[in-house]
Amino acid sequence: MAPKLPPTYPLEHSATTAAGSQAPTHHAPPRGLLRWLLTTNHKEIGSLYLIFSLIMFFIGGIFALVIRAELFQPGLQLVNPEFFNQMTTMHGLIMVFAAVMPAFTGLANWMIPLQIGAPDMALPRLNNFSFWLLPVAFTLLLSTLFMPGGGPNFGWTFYAPLSTTYAPPSTTFFILALHIAGISSILGAINIIATILNMRAPGMRMMDMPLFVWTWLITAFLLIAVMPVLAGVITMMLMDINFGTSFFSAAGGGDPVLFQHLFWFFGHPEVYIMILPAFGIVSVIIPTFARKPLFGYPSMVYATASIALLSFMVWAHHMFVVGLPLAAELFFMYSTMLIAVPTGVKIFNWITTLFRGSISFESPMLFSLAFVVLFTIGGFSGLMLAISPADFQYHDTYFVVAHFHYVLVPGAVFAIMAAVYYWLPKWTGHYPNERLAQWHFWLSVIGVNLTFFPMHFSGLAGMPRRIPDYALQFADFNMLSSLGAFLFGFSQLLFVLGVVLCVRGGKKAPAQAWEGAWDLEWTVPSPAPLHTFETPPVFKRPTP
Amino acid sequence: MRSLWRWIVSSSVFLSITSVHANGWNMPRGVTDVSGEIYGLHMTIFWICVVIGAVVFGAMFYSLFRYRHSKGAKSANFHEHTTVEIFWTTIPLLILVGMAVPATATLTKMYDASEADLDVMIIGQQWRWRYEYLGEEVAFTSNMSTPRAQISGEEGFGEHYLREVDEPLVLPINRKVRFLMTSDDVIHSWWVPELAVKQDTIPGFINENWVNINEPGIYRGQCAELCGIDHAFMPIVVHAMEEAEFDAWMVERKEAMKQEALGVDREWEMQELMARGETVFESICAACHQSEGQGAPPAFPALAGNARLIEDREWHIQTVINGVSGTAMPAFRNTLNPVELASVVTYTRNAWGNDTGDSVQPADIARRLAQ
Repeated sequence: MAPKLPPTYPLEHSATTAAGSQAPTHHAPPRGLLRWLLTTNHKEIGSLYLIFSLIMFFIGGIFALVIRAELFQPGLQLVNPEFFNQMTTMHGLIMVFAAVMPAFTGLANWMIPLQIGAPDMALPRLNNFSFWLLPVAFTLLLSTLFMPGGGPNFGWTFYAPLSTTYAPPSTTFFILALHIAGISSILGAINIIATILNMRAPGMRMMDMPLFVWTWLITAFLLIAVMPVLAGVITMMLMDINFGTSFFSAAGGGDPVLFQHLFWFFGHPEVYIMILPAFGIVSVIIPTFARKPLFGYPSMVYATASIALLSFMVWAHHMFVVGLPLAAELFFMYSTMLIAVPTGVKIFNWITTLFRGSISFESPMLFSLAFVVLFTIGGFSGLMLAISPADFQYHDTYFVVAHFHYVLVPGAVFAIMAAVYYWLPKWTGHYPNERLAQWHFWLSVIGVNLTFFPMHFSGLAGMPRRIPDYALQFADFNMLSSLGAFLFGFSQLLFVLGVVLCVRGGKKAPAQAWEGAWDLEWTVPSPAPLHTFETPPVFKRPTP
Repeated sequence: MRSLWRWIVSSSVFLSITSVHANGWNMPRGVTDVSGEIYGLHMTIFWICVVIGAVVFGAMFYSLFRYRHSKGAKSANFHEHTTVEIFWTTIPLLILVGMAVPATATLTKMYDASEADLDVMIIGQQWRWRYEYLGEEVAFTSNMSTPRAQISGEEGFGEHYLREVDEPLVLPINRKVRFLMTSDDVIHSWWVPELAVKQDTIPGFINENWVNINEPGIYRGQCAELCGIDHAFMPIVVHAMEEAEFDAWMVERKEAMKQEALGVDREWEMQELMARGETVFESICAACHQSEGQGAPPAFPALAGNARLIEDREWHIQTVINGVSGTAMPAFRNTLNPVELASVVTYTRNAWGNDTGDSVQPADIARRLAQ
């Protein structure tokens, strides 16, 4: 199917070039807050998503520091166990649903139209709605902390019946908040799919798209497939809590394990939703700074698609100790191990891209390289966790906490930071302060490893997750983790400082801000004008 | 600047090495054949990952060092090589098959709980474990015995802080013990690393697992699945004994169970009931309703000054025996004996200024249970 031409806007058409233009005055947006409330511009909405995500990253980070401060030494010093449980729950929920996912959606909003030569997202008003659902959802979620009985205290995985029969009264608000966030994700995903399939520049085939676009396309399909499952499972909870049903209550003939099957059928694809766009970002940045085309582009696409397909067949590896039958244990062990193959292909491709390149180490590249190394470490512990008999020892310990933080913090979060440093010149017209960015990078790398590496040891030695107090043999590792967490947490202020300084000024960036960057976004001026590609560019395939 | 880095690196290395020497930092090899096999699998895959990591990161850092733009490296332009790509898809696949074979064998072994010599029912309750030796008429609950004053920092930590209980699970060595596991309330997970048993206890379901311990000793673990406020305070202690010693313990424990249940028929003094009731309340009820009966509303109502409790004696007794469906209040009819039930009801009706002055006799409770 030939890609459809993007719609043209007659009012603005006269003044446009492929490089974009200033919006004509009669089309000027409303000023002040109303402008941001009503905007349908993909760049402004992208910025809103990114700012929202950054705020939530800090809120979730404060929760994490409350946890780490309590765990600094044995005994209960700062918070009681009830509040501690609310912190672990809210930290997880906020980081997953309000920090990492919106950050990727923000990057998609900004960069997908620019990377495929489209003037905007396919459904701009829906785009505005998708974003503004988020502050509503998470204000509601955070407000539960102030309700009688406190906020959700059952972990971000909210296993029934702890989250139904035994839950605080605020759980109904938690369900509503998650519903709203889920609608936002689904609408965002629909918009991204519509944009990518319909609005590519003439001449750009699917297999010409930058990998960030590809990985987001696949992620968007994952979102559409699994967010309704989450909506289903939380609706069943709602019924159990408020309307006397017994989906998950054994006393009424229900099944608590059914909850876990449904949750993880959503939950496992969800973790790939948080990592596939990161793969895309790294696959764009590494070739830029190695000044060499990405090695194995088609295999990268196929690997991403395989990971996405496999993600629907591995959910019960989160449930190896619930008492699955032997056949199920074996099936989910084998299918989980299989994921190592496409993931390995990706890592080998990145490294081969570096091989015989001409490599420089600007901050986006540093974050991407740290991503490759540290994500791979998280992949190794993932492989260990896949071995079902060994998982009987690893399950629900700090080894698991170490594993998923390695793939999510130096994985997803580092990729987001790499993307921000990479595209800031395009967004603001200025290069970020490189010295500051390097400080931010090195302190983050040290902080992340000091926080999460010792967790492997405390987990193997027998420390379960989600406990506010622990036996004495875990004290040293916990102290190290807490020190690392505070180092990592406070280093992120340098990130904010770097971004703010970059918005306000700095070295001017040309249209092609990085020597080795060849995607379409580098053909529009820096900063990118509000409207770009109103006349579609002609995409030329790079000839090697 | 450079000396600061050196200080950070050297001190963190030092700290990690000292902690490694001071404490365990790896999965224990354990004291059963299965735990040994799991340890072997764990170490095998760990070393495979180390080797792969060395090769992959070696290639990566070689490239990063060798092909620096700042050293004038000129980039090549290749971007595809089918043979190489087939190679690095196939080799990992073969390694995975190599790992899957022993893992499958161990897992199959772990799932064979047949022909056990002894069956123990393990029941998770917020926040204690109940152990029932099936067919032996021996059953008891096992509570954490670490004083709350240690947790709050008013006292120094004991040697087995948070990993000690009032009554451990006693098991024989060299006998196959089958665990049947369930829960009375939320999902818990019974885990003792040295035994390599971790199994969720799920309300309404009975899970199966087993051990055959090779060495006598005391093995400690704790609940592994988030189960509410006191999830961290739900330790497990297993005391593994020589077979003869175990048999003697079993005889003794049966006799003690009989003694405990005695006295149902006689009239109990108020003071006796209050004293016994306080012990029961502290070990069973205080986790939710708090030791001063103040509760933690709204989930856990206060008992001190609770108007309905004071006015409605009948409702109070029924609540303790049968629980309140749809809330966190469990039924205690099967976990406490009539003496314990009567004394804890009497205690809560008279402690903390409730002062109803009335008591409940064990015989009365026994009649209700028999109905």
